[in-house]
Amino acid sequence: MMQFMLLFSRQGKLRLQKWYVPLSDKEKKKITRELVQTVLARKPKMCSFLEWRDLKIVYKRYASLYFCCAIEDQDNELITLEIIHRYVELLDKYFGSVCELDIIFNFEKAYFILDEFLLGGEAQETSKKNVLKAIEQADLLQEDAKEAETPRSVLEEIGLT
Amino acid sequence: MPAPIRLRELIRTIRTARTQAEEREMIQKECAAIRSSFREEDNTYRCRNVAKLLYMHMLGYPAHFGQLECLKLIASQKFTDKRIGYLGAMLLLDERQDVHLLMTNCIKNDLNHSTQYVQGLALCTLGCMGSSEMCRDLAGEVEKLLKTSNSYLRKKAALCAVHVIRKVPELMEMFLPATKNLLSEKNHGVLHTSVVLLTEMCERSPDMLAHFRKNEKLVPQLVRILKNLIMSGYSPEHDVSGISDPFLQVRILRLLRILGKNDDDSSEAMNDILAQVATNTETSKNVGNAILYETVLTIMDIKSESGLRVLAINILGRFLLNNDKNIRYVALTSLLKTVQTDHNAVQRHRSTIVDCLKDLDVSIKRRAMELSFALVNGNNIRGMMKELLYFLDSCDPEFKADCASGVFLAAEKYAPSKRWHIDTIMRVLTTAGSYVRDDSVPNLIQLITNSVEMHAYTVQRLYKALLDDISQQPLVQVASWCIGEYGDLLVSGQCEEEEPIQVTEDEVLDVLEGLLVSNLSTPVTRGYALTAIMKLSTRFSSVNRIKKVVSIYGSSIDVELQQRAVEYNALFKKYDHMRSALLERMPIMEKTASNGPTEIVQTNGETEPSVVEPKHPPPVTLPTNQGTDLLDLLGGNDMALAIPNTVPTKPASAGGELLDLLGDLSLSGGPAPTPAPSVPTSQPSFLLDGLSSQPLFNDIAAAGIPPIIAYNKNGLKIDFTFERANPNPNIAVITIHASNTTETDMTDFVFQAAVPKTFQLQLLSPSSNVVPALNQGTVTQVIRVLNPQKQQLRMRIKLTYTHRGSAVQDLAEVNNFPPQSWQ
Repeated sequence: MMQFMLLFSRQGKLRLQKWYVPLSDKEKKKITRELVQTVLARKPKMCSFLEWRDLKIVYKRYASLYFCCAIEDQDNELITLEIIHRYVELLDKYFGSVCELDIIFNFEKAYFILDEFLLGGEAQETSKKNVLKAIEQADLLQEDAKEAETPRSVLEEIGLT
Repeated sequence: MPAPIRLRELIRTIRTARTQAEEREMIQKECAAIRSSFREEDNTYRCRNVAKLLYMHMLGYPAHFGQLECLKLIASQKFTDKRIGYLGAMLLLDERQDVHLLMTNCIKNDLNHSTQYVQGLALCTLGCMGSSEMCRDLAGEVEKLLKTSNSYLRKKAALCAVHVIRKVPELMEMFLPATKNLLSEKNHGVLHTSVVLLTEMCERSPDMLAHFRKNEKLVPQLVRILKNLIMSGYSPEHDVSGISDPFLQVRILRLLRILGKNDDDSSEAMNDILAQVATNTETSKNVGNAILYETVLTIMDIKSESGLRVLAINILGRFLLNNDKNIRYVALTSLLKTVQTDHNAVQRHRSTIVDCLKDLDVSIKRRAMELSFALVNGNNIRGMMKELLYFLDSCDPEFKADCASGVFLAAEKYAPSKRWHIDTIMRVLTTAGSYVRDDSVPNLIQLITNSVEMHAYTVQRLYKALLDDISQQPLVQVASWCIGEYGDLLVSGQCEEEEPIQVTEDEVLDVLEGLLVSNLSTPVTRGYALTAIMKLSTRFSSVNRIKKVVSIYGSSIDVELQQRAVEYNALFKKYDHMRSALLERMPIMEKTASNGPTEIVQTNGETEPSVVEPKHPPPVTLPTNQGTDLLDLLGGNDMALAIPNTVPTKPASAGGELLDLLGDLSLSGGPAPTPAPSVPTSQPSFLLDGLSSQPLFNDIAAAGIPPIIAYNKNGLKIDFTFERANPNPNIAVITIHASNTTETDMTDFVFQAAVPKTFQLQLLSPSSNVVPALNQGTVTQVIRVLNPQKQQLRMRIKLTYTHRGSAVQDLAEVNNFPPQSWQ
């Protein structure tokens, strides 16, 4: 399974962190710091895999963001690259040509999309269409809920405006 | 109170901060606002506030005060609230804190919610961070959802079940019935997660594995699904670069691996499909290669027929030639796993692997190096070694130590000739000399002594190497040792293997003296050099020059060097008649096991420089003309002068203790003859006994052997009490008790002892080195004497101490040992 996924910029700023193993805040910070340092130190010609502690790290850079996953010994590194790519595709479809700013300003949406694609460190849906459909429906549900909340003026209520 | 600012607004504001301090200020302000908002129990804006808190948490600021708020959001009926609430729970709560248990009830309710997206949120949260308690409470709900016909929920329930099983393995059984028709689903999401669930169950429980193999006939089902994926036409929904649902294919292959391992029937049932996948998968993109990779791993792990295995290795061979370095890396990793079992097949790709040594990527280079060493054998040793030595030349420092060790090991196993072996060693020492491990030096020396006919050649080459470069310590150490041993061969120009060089005695001595004075030489190296010079005194004729050098170092600041020089000086002065015998050519050393503890070789008393620095200063009380010490004690020709001859290897624990012991001995007393390896097994127990059993022998009541007064002069009385060491009746354990009847203390008290040649002596640490005045206390020290020939025990002792401001030294012989102590 994937133990965690981190998204960070080239300056080392964290944009997303998804942990599938229970760790204290302190440990998470330590791991993040170490890993960010290690990955950022890699030269562009190097391969996307590295051994770190007892895990395999698979990372790929998309524009200004590094997508970094930690997988276990049994997991297939090459398919993990495909998983990362699939997530980027989902973000791209959802935001329409996604860029780092989209993820910064809509981080909670990025999480929602991730949670429709992966669960407990494994892929739950292999169809791009189905993931996006689910997100769309959930967003609609959210909109409907908000609609119901919006206070209406007295005239609106009667139907005069 | 004005409405709290929106999330996006906050993000924008924080991003305008120009310094860390400014950002911190903004955050603190906002946190304060959020906190007061929370206090007001404001339902409308709670969601917004928690979202902002999550943003600030990601920036690294503390957000624990929002934990309870997340719980409130989860409990809310609004979908928006739940969404953010669950997200917050996953980010801020962790199972160590009891507060997370409050979620359990909410999750339970939400798992039964009428809206599937709410159920989905609950399943997701449980599956990501559910603690064991939560899993126990909610497993039933998950199991129910596993049986639903709603594929959206079913797939999530499957992965949630995986998490439950990971947390609480005992609950695995309860999910078994629900797995019955998971694989008959059409929905790929369900199929994928079901395969993951089945994989988890099979991996964890051999019973489950057996059950799925036999009863459920899982293999045929999986084979069928895989076949459909490959054979079916283009499916836009699941297509990735022309391949249909690679994620599912990979998971199926992985499950097949587990099912086929060690099981002939299963392996046979999957042979065809594996061959099909291996041959038909498109390899132009990463996706195809990911599937091939998994296929190869499966083929290698199950009981596949040999044709299939060869196919797999060939796929890996092709991977090695791929432009994509990720693929090359993966290939090397897989080949490393299979090189033991399919050695010949991997050999075919040797040249490609060796080419990977020149890759730019560090991880690939390392893998290639490991694999290359695994592939070295008697047939390819020459070619491989050439490549590996070239690699050693040009690789990064982080590789050099491992590579050098690997080269030595390979050379030792497969060297086609002694000359080649020595040449290879020379090459390593000259190119990566400073990275060579410490234990290689004694190993190499041992190797050189064994190649008797190559001595002249070796010393000549080493000498030439020294002329070029004296900075690499292991090279210098081996070279000086050889020159010391075989210097006579060097000057007489006897080399057969290559053109003998003309070198004079003075030139050789110049080089060695150069080592002594050079700043590049470590103290250990200097020790080697000095000893080498000394040895040459019996091989060269320019004895006077050597005498001069040795005497200069008698006052060296380096204590180790000083001690050696003074001892060698003594050899010149008082024991010249012994010198040639002592400095004779070394006999061939026995090779210990490669990881064995230090071997002590008994030679004719040749001093062997110890590579390990002594961990203690020599006793300060020893007077400056130390030359008299060691040899005086033993006197006469019947006493053996056997100075410990250590060949230190890397500190395996027994070895380390051994060195400690020897260190101990020289601190507390004179030379203790150490056992030779050829002596039968009583030896090891002797040494180890002493190390572990020190407290035992403070017991004064001996086993019926009367104590003796060994020495009694000038107020210092030394009693000996006796005991037999239990495991070995040949060992007499003597405890000395030194007491002082005068009115002043005796300080810096050192007791030394020597025994005749047929005995062996071990002196443990004294209790202290102050003998208090007026019998107020005693100094005790344990001596262990091995007396295999049961001869009469005699001992010479030497006492040194400071009394009333002046140094006192005395020698005595102890002859009054009771017969029971040595019979």
